[in-house]
Amino acid sequence: MIISIPKESFKGEKRVALTPESAKHIQKLGHELRIQSGAGKLAEFSDADYKEAGVTVVKGNAIWGDTDVIMKVRGVSEEEATNISAGTTLISFFWPAQNEDLLKQLADKKINVIAMDCVPRLSRSQKMDALSSMANIGGYRAVVEAATQFGRFFTGQVTAAGKVPPAKVLVIGAGVAGLAAIGAAKSMGAIVRAFDTRLEAKEQVESLGGEFLVLEFEEDGSGDGGYAKTMSKEFIDAEMAMFAEQAKEVDIIITTALIPGKPAPELITKDMVESMKSGSVIVDLAAEQGGNCKLSKADKIVTYKGVKIIGYTDLPSRLATQSSQLYSTNLRHMLTDLTPEKDGQLVFDMEDDVTRCSTVAYEGEVVWPSEPPKLSAAPQAAPKPAPVVDPEPELSTAQKAKMTFGAMAAGLLALLGVGSVAPPEFMSHFTVFVLSCFIGYQVIWSVTPALHTPLMSVTNAISGIIVVGALLQISSTSGLVVFLAFIAVLIASINIAGGFLVTQRMLKMFNKG
Amino acid sequence: MEMGTISAAYIASAILFILSLAGLSNQETSRRGNWYGIIGMAIAVIATILNKSVDAYGWLILATLIGGAIGARLAAKVEMTQMPELVAILHSFVGMAAVLVGFASFFDPANTLTGTEATIHNVEVYLGILIGAVTFTGSVVAFGKLNGKIGSKPLLLPIRHQLNLGLLGLSILLGWWFLSVGHDGGTLPLIIMTLLAFAFGVHMVMAIGGADMPVVISMLNSYSGWAAAATGFMLSNDLLIVVGALVGSSGAILSYIMCRAMNRNFVSVIMGGFGTTASSDDGDQEQGEAIAIQAEEVAHLMGDASRVVIVPGYGMAVANAQHAVSDLTKQLRDKGVDVQFAIHPVAGRMPGHMNVLLAEANVPYDVVLEMDEINDELGDVDVVMVIGANDIVNPSAMENPNSPIAGMPVLEVWNAKTVIVSKRSMATGYAGVENPLFFRDNTRMLFGDAKDSVDGIKSSI
Repeated sequence: MIISIPKESFKGEKRVALTPESAKHIQKLGHELRIQSGAGKLAEFSDADYKEAGVTVVKGNAIWGDTDVIMKVRGVSEEEATNISAGTTLISFFWPAQNEDLLKQLADKKINVIAMDCVPRLSRSQKMDALSSMANIGGYRAVVEAATQFGRFFTGQVTAAGKVPPAKVLVIGAGVAGLAAIGAAKSMGAIVRAFDTRLEAKEQVESLGGEFLVLEFEEDGSGDGGYAKTMSKEFIDAEMAMFAEQAKEVDIIITTALIPGKPAPELITKDMVESMKSGSVIVDLAAEQGGNCKLSKADKIVTYKGVKIIGYTDLPSRLATQSSQLYSTNLRHMLTDLTPEKDGQLVFDMEDDVTRCSTVAYEGEVVWPSEPPKLSAAPQAAPKPAPVVDPEPELSTAQKAKMTFGAMAAGLLALLGVGSVAPPEFMSHFTVFVLSCFIGYQVIWSVTPALHTPLMSVTNAISGIIVVGALLQISSTSGLVVFLAFIAVLIASINIAGGFLVTQRMLKMFNKG
Repeated sequence: MEMGTISAAYIASAILFILSLAGLSNQETSRRGNWYGIIGMAIAVIATILNKSVDAYGWLILATLIGGAIGARLAAKVEMTQMPELVAILHSFVGMAAVLVGFASFFDPANTLTGTEATIHNVEVYLGILIGAVTFTGSVVAFGKLNGKIGSKPLLLPIRHQLNLGLLGLSILLGWWFLSVGHDGGTLPLIIMTLLAFAFGVHMVMAIGGADMPVVISMLNSYSGWAAAATGFMLSNDLLIVVGALVGSSGAILSYIMCRAMNRNFVSVIMGGFGTTASSDDGDQEQGEAIAIQAEEVAHLMGDASRVVIVPGYGMAVANAQHAVSDLTKQLRDKGVDVQFAIHPVAGRMPGHMNVLLAEANVPYDVVLEMDEINDELGDVDVVMVIGANDIVNPSAMENPNSPIAGMPVLEVWNAKTVIVSKRSMATGYAGVENPLFFRDNTRMLFGDAKDSVDGIKSSI
C-alpha cells in the first residue's frame, strides 16, 4: 500500500505524522511511503532525512492523489476532505463527536477513517494510544509554560541573598497528563499536591513524589476504560471546598480534568482565582473543551487580578519533535496491527476490539460509536489482592517440639531394636555411618549455592572411593571376581580422575571482579 | 602395611574428604578444598594397595590407567553447558561399580562368614546391589534426557504407581528368597533382583520431566552415596561408609533445596509429572497482548539505566549465550551501569548450573547473586533482563492460588521499572503455565534466539 503524509494545514500545528525513524519500521511491513515536501520542517525533520530513510518526497498537493492511505496528526479540513479520493483510508485524530458532518461526508465518499482518538484503552492497545502519549507531553509542557510565566524558582533554596521557599503546585486530575505534570514539577523541585476522584490514582501520584489530597468522602470515581465518571453533588461540593482552601496556599494550579464526551467540569471559580496570590499561574489543559477554570480562554493567556491563566490547546505541538516521535510510533503500531501478514495489505478485522473501536467510517458506512469493549484497565471485581497460598495450619512451638521429640524417641527405639539383634561389629560401623551423616549435614549446608555444581562433581569424585573395595577384590583367587573387580576399578577410576579434574577446571573459572 | 597403619591412613583421608566439602563454603577456599579431596583419595588408594592381601598389581595398574585416562579426557573436553550430563554419567559409574563390587563380594571364595554375620552380610550385599543398580540405570536415563538422546517429556505410564509398588514388593520377596537360600542358591534371585532394579531405575527417571532434572540429579547424587555406604557395610570398610554417608547426605540436602525452590514435594517429583493432579489455570482470563521490542531499543534502555539485573535460565545455556551476556555485562559496566545477576536455585538443569556457566564466561562471581539476596531489591532496578527463563519469574506463583506453580518462590522481576524478556516465542515454560509477566505494562518482549538477541543489543550500545 502507498501511504502518504501531507503537511499539516492547521494554523500553528508543528507536528508531523511520520518520523524518519518510524518510516524504516513501516517500510518493513511492506508499505511504500510518501511525504509532502516540508511536512516535517517544524518538527525538525528535513526532507533529506526522509529521503535517506527511503521515503519519497512529493511537492505540493500531488500528495493527496494516487494513494491508499493518508496519515495525519489533525483531522482533515473541509477543503482537504475534497482532495481525498474514494477508497482511501485516513488515519488521524478525528474527534467524531465534534465532526459528525465531516465524518458523514467522508463515509459517503467511501473513505475509511481510523480515528486515533477512538483507540480503546486496553492494555494491548497502549502502544497505539496517541491520546495518552500526547497527554503525557501536554502535562510536561504545562509545567514548562507555568514556569515561564511564574516569577519565582520552583525549588526552595537558601542563598547568600536570602531564603527562597519552594513553589507549591496543585495538579487536579491525575490522568496521564496530570501524572506527567506531577513528575515534571516535582523534578524541578516544587512541592506537588494532586487530586483525583479515582482513588486508584493515589498510589501513582505518590510514586511520583506527589502528595495525594484525600477528601473525607466515600465515593470512587473510576469509570469505564480508565477515565473518570461524573460524581455526586455532595462530592463535588466537598471537592470545591477543598480547592478553595488550596487556592489560597498554592502558587500554581494545573487542571487536567476531563470526562469523555462532556464539557470540562468547572473546578476553579472566579472567587478562587481572586483568593490566589498575585503572580500565581493557572494552566488549564481543558481549555479546548470549555476549561476547568471559568476565566480561561482557549489559546490565550488571560491575566485576572495578577493571576495568569494559560489556556493553550496546542501544548503537544509546542514540543513538536518529541510529540511527532511518539505519535508516529503510535501510528506505526496501529499499522503493524492492521498489516498482520507484513505484506503491505491493510486488513480491517472488525472482530478485533481495537480495530472495531478506532475505525469510525468503513466501506461507505459511519461505524461510530461502536460498542465499547467491556474491559476496564484495572480488574474491578477483585480489588483485594488474592491470598497468595492457603497458609498451612501453623504449628505452635510446643507442638513442633512435641513432634521433634516424638520422632527422636521413635528413632531411638528403632536404633535399640537394630542394636539388640545386630552383632557388635555391625554396630560399630553403624555408629560411623550415623555420625558421618550428621557431619555431612552440617558441612553441606554451609556450601554456597553458587558452588553446587562443583559440589556435585567433587562428590562424584570422592564416591569413586568405592575403588578401595574393588582394589581388595582384584587379587582374589576367583577369575570371575577378578574380572568384576577389574571393571569396577576401571570405572571408579574414571570417576576419580574425571570428578576431581573437572572440579578443578570449574573452580578456576570463579574469579572475583 | 599393617591393618593399624591402614586404618590410620583411612582416618586421615576421611578427614581430608570432610575438609574438601567444607572448602566449598566459599569461592576463595574452594580450590584448596578440591586439593584436600585429591590428597585424601591418593592416601586411601595407596594405603589400600599396600595392604598385604593385594598382589595383582598388573590388573590394578592397567585398570587405573585406562580409567584415569578416560576420566581426564572427559574432564578436559566437557563443555560447561554439558556439566549436568557429565555429572549424570559419573553417577551411573558409581552405581555400576557398587553393583560389580557387590557381586564380586558375593562370589568371593574368601568369604567365610556364618550365622547372623552371614545373614547381615547378605542383606548388605543385596541392598548395595539394589541401590547401585537403580542409580546406574536412573543416571543413564538422566544422561540421555539431558543430552537430548531421550525426549525430556515425562513418560507417564497409566499404572505407574502400581508398577513401582509391584517392583518394590517383588524386590522384598526376592530378598526373602535370597536370604533363605543363603550363599549356595542365591545367584538367581540376586540376578533377577538386579534386572528388576535396572528396570525400576529406568522407569523412575523416564517419568520425570526436563525441568525437574535438578531434583533428579541431586537425588541420584544422593543414591550414589548410599550405594557407596552400603558397599562399605558389605566390606566392613569405615572409609567407604564415611564417604558414602557424606555424599548421600549432600545429595539429599541438594534435593531438598531444589524441591523447596520449586515448592514441590520430593515424593511428587519422584512420582513424576508436573501438575497432573493440580487444577489447570482458569483459561478464559484475558491475558492481553505482549509488547515486542527491538534490540536497539533495549540497548538504549540498558545504556540509560543506572542498575540492570540479568536473570538467566536454561534458555541461555541452550543458546550458548553466556559469553555474549558476559561481554554485554562488561560493556555496560564500563559505561558505569551497575549490572548484577539474579540466580534462581532451579535455573538450569542442575544445582548451581548458571553460576558455572557465568563463571566460565568470566563474569565475576561477586555480581552473581542468589534469589534471596536480591529479591527485595528488584524494585529499585531500572531494567531486568530475563534470558531464557520462564517459570522462575512467573507472577502467578504468588498471585494465583489455583496455578500449578502456586507458592513456588519466584524472582519478583515485575517490580522493576522495565522488564525485558528474551525468548524464542510466546510458548509456555516447562510447567505449561501461562506467564502473566509477558502481558504486564512494564514488560517488553525481545523475540529471537538468546545469543542473537544479546549480540544485537551489544552492537547497538
